[in-house]
Amino acid sequence: MYKYDHYDRKIVNQRVDQYEDQLNRYFNKELTDEEFRPLRLQNGLYIQRHAPMLRVAIPYGLLSSNQLRALADIADEFDRGYGHFSTRQNIQFNWPKLEETPKILRKLADVEMHAIQTSGNCIRNITTDPYAGVTPDEIVDTRYIAEILRQWSTFHPEFALLPRKFKISISGSKQDRALVKTHDIGLELVKEDDNLFVNVFVGGGLGRTPVIGQLLKEKLPIEHLLSYCESIIRIYNLYGRRDNMYKARIKILVKALGVESFKKQVEDDWNDGKNSSNHLNDKEISRVKQFFTSPDYEVLESIHLEGQYSEDQNFLKWIKRNTRDHIKIGYRSVTISLKGKKQTAPGDIQSTEMRVVADLADQYSFGEIRSTHEQNLVLADVKEKDLFDVYSVLRENNLGEANIGLITDIICCPGGDFCSLANAKSIPIAKSIDNLFDNYDFLFDIGTISLNISGCMNACGHHHVGNIGILGVDKDGSEWYQITLGGQQGVNASLGKVIGPSFSADEVPAVIKEILNIYIAQRDTEEEEFIDCYNRIGLDPFKEAIYKN
Amino acid sequence: MDTQLIKNKELVLNDWFWIVPDTSNEEVKKQAGKVVQFKLTGECFPSDATLNNVILPEAEKVIVPLRLFLLQTDKIKKKYKEYGIWIYSHDELDLFSHLKEDINSFPVVGVYVEKFADGRIYSLGNLIRRKLSYKNDLRALGDVFKDQLFYLARSGFDSFLIKDGYDAKKALLGLEDFSYSYQGTLSQKPLWGER
Ligand code: HEM
Ligand code: SF4
Repeated sequence: MYKYDHYDRKIVNQRVDQYEDQLNRYFNKELTDEEFRPLRLQNGLYIQRHAPMLRVAIPYGLLSSNQLRALADIADEFDRGYGHFSTRQNIQFNWPKLEETPKILRKLADVEMHAIQTSGNCIRNITTDPYAGVTPDEIVDTRYIAEILRQWSTFHPEFALLPRKFKISISGSKQDRALVKTHDIGLELVKEDDNLFVNVFVGGGLGRTPVIGQLLKEKLPIEHLLSYCESIIRIYNLYGRRDNMYKARIKILVKALGVESFKKQVEDDWNDGKNSSNHLNDKEISRVKQFFTSPDYEVLESIHLEGQYSEDQNFLKWIKRNTRDHIKIGYRSVTISLKGKKQTAPGDIQSTEMRVVADLADQYSFGEIRSTHEQNLVLADVKEKDLFDVYSVLRENNLGEANIGLITDIICCPGGDFCSLANAKSIPIAKSIDNLFDNYDFLFDIGTISLNISGCMNACGHHHVGNIGILGVDKDGSEWYQITLGGQQGVNASLGKVIGPSFSADEVPAVIKEILNIYIAQRDTEEEEFIDCYNRIGLDPFKEAIYKN
Repeated sequence: MDTQLIKNKELVLNDWFWIVPDTSNEEVKKQAGKVVQFKLTGECFPSDATLNNVILPEAEKVIVPLRLFLLQTDKIKKKYKEYGIWIYSHDELDLFSHLKEDINSFPVVGVYVEKFADGRIYSLGNLIRRKLSYKNDLRALGDVFKDQLFYLARSGFDSFLIKDGYDAKKALLGLEDFSYSYQGTLSQKPLWGER
C-alpha cells in the first residue's frame, strides 16, 4: 500500500499544527462558532447529539494492521473502546473530547493517517472497490488512481469551500462495487490497447433528492483526469447554489442546467488547454503504481473445502457468504461481517476486535485490511488452506457471522441515537429486523438481498439503493418508517419505490417478514434473487399483501 | 505599523481607499434568476441608483466597484490619480467584458467575499489570472482572515485586506501553513515533479 515520504509526513503534521492553532483561537474567542465550524468540519469534527464526533479518513478503504491497532488504541484512550465504520469506508469515533482532538490527530499522523476533508463542503475521501487488485472481474486496479486523486484533492486551493460536500468514487471492474453512479463524480476506468481511459459520470447522489449520475465524458485519456475534474468542480464552485443547503449539491446544478449545457461550460473551461498544471504523466502514474504491486503470492493449488469440511456446515456457510474468488488460485478474499448479533450497531467494532483483525491480517493476509461501504472489513488475500483457522479465530471473537449480502448485513446510519438531524432511530430497527433471523435456514433461503436504513432523508444509510429501504420520517413529532422496494447499487443502479404509508417501529419487523414471504412465494426458482423477482413482478403484489388489513 | 493589508507576504501601509456602496436597503431577490440560475438568490448587487448615490471620497488612490466604474468611468478617471476595481464573489466574470480599458491598466483588482465560507473567490482568482490574463495586484477583500490566505495565495491572489478586528500579524503566518502542496496551480508545478 501507499507509504508516506517526507513530503506527505510534513503536510499531515502541518495540518495538525494548523488545526491546533484554529482550535486555540476558537477557545480564545478569536474565531466565532460560525467561523470555526467549517474549519473543524474540514478536519472531520462534527458536534453531535452527545459529543463531538471525529471521522478519520481511510483513503479508498485501505488500512495496514498497524493503523488498525492505532485506531484501537485511540478508541481505548480517547473514546469508549469502540469505533464505527461508515458507509464511505471511513471510521468514526463518537465520544472524543474537543480539547483532545489535536492529540488524536497526532497519534493518527504517527501511523500515516488523518481526518483531512472527511466532512465539510470540500472534496471528501475518495472511495473505491474494496476488492481492488484481487477481484477476478477487474479491468484496472483503481488503488493507484485513487491515491493520485487523494493527493490532488488534499488541500486543493480552489475547492476548500464548495457549495456543499463533494464525493468522488472510482471503479475499475465489470461489476461496480463503488457506487459510481451515486456520487458527485463517478469514475469508471477502462483500458484499450494498454492505454487507460476514464468514463466520467456526474451529478449522482442520494440524500433528499436521489439522482443517478449521468455520463459526462466518455473515454477521457487518463492524463487529463485531474484537469477535467478541476473544470467540473470549478463550474460547480461558481454556479452551485449556496442559499439552500438542500439544493446545493452538484446534482441539482446538473439537473437545472441539463447535462449538455453543464458539459459545455465544463469543456469551455477545460478546452483552453492551459486550465491546469496537473496533467498526469507516465512517470507520476508509475511512481504511485509501484506502491500497489501484488504481494508475494505463493503458487498454490485449489482446495476442495466442501469435501474436507462437509461435517461443519457453519463453516461452509461462512465460506459461501463471506469469501469470494481471487485472482490467484488457492487464495480467497474474506469479508468480516460487522453485522453480527453481538455488535451494538451495524459497522461498530470494539477495540479488542480491531486487534484480532489486525493480528489475522498480519498472520494471513499480508498485513492489510480494507473497509467496505457496506460497513464490513476485508482480508483480501487469504490462502484457502488457512480459511478454517481464520474462521475459527473470528468465530471465537464474535466476528464469524456468515451473513455477507444477506438481509442481516444491514447498512444503517447512526440515526436518532446519535445524530441530531434524525427523524427517527435507526439502530433499534436494524436490531429488531436482525432478531427475526435466529433461524439461519430462513436467512440463507432468502439469499442475496440488501436492506438499508437511514434515520432521515439525508440518506447516510443509502436507503434509496437498498433492495429494501427504510427511512425514518417524522409525523406529528413521532417516529415512523417509510419502506421502499427495488433500489439497487452497481451497474444497474436504481432507486427504490415507496410502497405506501409509513409504519411504526413495532410494525416494521412484521412488514419486512411479509415482504420476504411474498418474495419466497413468488420467486421463479431458488436462484432468482429478491431484486430480480421484484423487477419481474413489480411493486403491486407486495403492496396488496401488506396493506390488505 | 497599524495596517490590515498584507501584500507580497508583508504587512504594508494601506493607502488605497476601498469604496463600498451601502446595499443594506437593497431588495434581495428571493427567487433564483432565470438566465443565470442560482446566482442571484439571496445575494444583492447595488442598483444603479445606489451606485449613483455613492459619494466619491477625497483620496488619491481608490478601489471602486466595477459596476460603479462602468457607470461613472470619466468622473472616476478625472478625480483620482490611481484607481483599481473590485467585483463581488457573486458577480459574473462577464462583467469585465464591458470594460473598454485593458484589465492590466488597473494596478489593483479586488474580489469581495461577504462570508468566508464563500469559496467562489478561489475559482474567480483562477479565472481572472487565466482567462483575463490579469498580471497586477489581485486583492481579496471582505470576510478575509488567516485561514483563507494559504489557499487564496495559491489561487492567484497576492494581497489580502484582513477584516477589521482580526490580527493581521497572525494572519500573515497563515501564508506559511504548509511547506508543500500536492497539486499544481497556475504558477506552481505539482509536487510530483520533485519526487
Ligand atoms: C452522526 C452524525 C451525522 C450527521 C449529522 C450526518 C449528516 C449528513 C447530512 C446532512 C447529509 C446530507 C448531505 C446532502 O444531501 O447534501 C449526509 C449524507 C451522507 N452521510 Fe451522513 N451524517 C452523519 C453520520 C453519517 C454516518 C455515520 C455515515 C456512514 C455510516 C454517513 C454517511 C453519509 C453518506 C454516505 C451521505 C451521502 C448521501 C449522498 O450521497 O447524498 N453519515 N449526512
Ligand atoms: S441519515 Fe439522517 S439520521 Fe442518519 S446519520 Fe444521516 S443525518 Fe443522521
